[in-house]
Amino acid sequence: MLTLSGVTKRYPTGDRALTDIELTLPKGQVMALIGPSGAGKSTLIRCVNRLVEPTQGSIRLDDVELTRLSGSGLRKARRSMGMIFQEYALVDRLTVMENVLSGRLGYVGFWRSFLRRYPQDAVAEAFRLLERVGLPHAIDKRADALSGGQRQRVGIARALLQSPKLLLVDEPTASLDPKTSRQIMRLIRELCAERELATIINIHDVALAQQFADRIVGLRAGQIVFDGRPDELTSDILTTIYGEEDWDTSPESVDEPESDPTPAQYERRDITGAMASGVAP
Amino acid sequence: MSEHAEAYLDARQQAARQGQWRRLPLIHRQWLRWAIALGVVVYLILALASVEVNWARVAEGTSRGLRFIGAFAQPDFMSRSGDIVDGLIESLTMTLTSTVIGVMLAIPVGLGAARNIAPLPVYVVCRSIIAVSRTFQEIIIAILFVVMFGFGPLAGMLTLAFATIGFMAKLLAEDIEDLDWRQVEAVRATGASWWQTMNHAIQPQVMPRLIGLSMYRLDINFRESSVIGIVGAGGIGATLNTSLSRYEYDTSAAILLIIIAIVLLCEYSSSHVRRWTQ
Repeated sequence: MLTLSGVTKRYPTGDRALTDIELTLPKGQVMALIGPSGAGKSTLIRCVNRLVEPTQGSIRLDDVELTRLSGSGLRKARRSMGMIFQEYALVDRLTVMENVLSGRLGYVGFWRSFLRRYPQDAVAEAFRLLERVGLPHAIDKRADALSGGQRQRVGIARALLQSPKLLLVDEPTASLDPKTSRQIMRLIRELCAERELATIINIHDVALAQQFADRIVGLRAGQIVFDGRPDELTSDILTTIYGEEDWDTSPESVDEPESDPTPAQYERRDITGAMASGVAP
Repeated sequence: MSEHAEAYLDARQQAARQGQWRRLPLIHRQWLRWAIALGVVVYLILALASVEVNWARVAEGTSRGLRFIGAFAQPDFMSRSGDIVDGLIESLTMTLTSTVIGVMLAIPVGLGAARNIAPLPVYVVCRSIIAVSRTFQEIIIAILFVVMFGFGPLAGMLTLAFATIGFMAKLLAEDIEDLDWRQVEAVRATGASWWQTMNHAIQPQVMPRLIGLSMYRLDINFRESSVIGIVGAGGIGATLNTSLSRYEYDTSAAILLIIIAIVLLCEYSSSHVRRWTQ
């Protein structure tokens, strides 16, 4: 359903964020995108809905070439792609209902949205979604009065009100506690199954990714270095994605160093260090 | 890194190892530091010495000044009350109309002057409007408008509206440049148009500050209206100017007390409004 081919992003500073990405996502699949910070995960999903402009390549959603859209065509395409953000990105000073209804902005005209006169079916659907995510009582609260987990639920309801075909999820659990993280991931997973949504989830937590995704893609320095099922993800592969580290999760024993270096040794090291950095050829 | 800097770092490391540490000085070279300080002091002394003071005039003026201050003890609200009320009404009208007009015009200019939402050509034009409006002090603009439209509150209103544009647009633009961009991205990602993004993502974030600044500008405009009256732009300033030139200091004192009271009232109510809009 979603096809990326040859997608490259070079920032004006010259940094290459993505190099030649090839990726196909079928309907109803939940794909987790993992990789170290700065690997280009956020850039990748922002290229799909064009919050970031890709430099080269083609991105197709069903039969629409997304990279060539502009103006109203782009807005129409965006409404079929729901996005869920790290740190929720709700508009703090609007109420919960206004935030959820803003998912409908792509469908209504300016004056309707300005006067907050949304169509009846949109309001009914928004309330149904709030009930589904467990927040019907918060309808008139301001978004900044909610807790982190609650805000993320509002964010999810907003994304789903767009009636999307595709969900783009950027670090949904980065600022949540472990229990809330699981609840949120489970909710996203269930909603995707209910609505057969294709989903890309950027996530730092490898264990959560393995538990809740159908497929895992590993990104390193803007290139895909792994693409497979969650159970295929081994320590070796984690090393290719993230670099050398002990991936064993059992508690580590910390050994005392055998002998402390003497002050004299420190001193010599300092001076040579300073000289090495000072006398650059 | 030069030889010198290297030795300096080394000395600081040695000292820190002994527990001796001082904040890095702003100016690295010690002699330069002292030279600059000395230069500033010498210039200040020379500058003060060059100011000529006519002590005889000061002695003469002091008594006049004291009479002026003394008038505050017995302000005369009554003998010119008609002029004072007329002037006040004119000033308040000028203040309110100029603030409303100025803020309405400042909003589009401010949107255009925010680099993160406006394209470059629009940005340049709007920033130049702000620069022009802020370059000239109110009195200079007031003189120009008085020359163009004659004495009276019309010139005053136009002056204040013009000055409001620069002030509000600049601060609004800076507020927009500082806002939380993730909220804007989130609204854009729903397929919202530019106007919808303005209304749903930007307006909620800048509205409290916009209201607070408008209240602040309202009381600035009131104070300015009493100053520009002196150059003929109407309002309470004109009344004040007349009383001063007639040496009716008790009436002047009454007018000044009324201005102080109104400014305090503005101050008090604007802090209330700001708290309420947060």
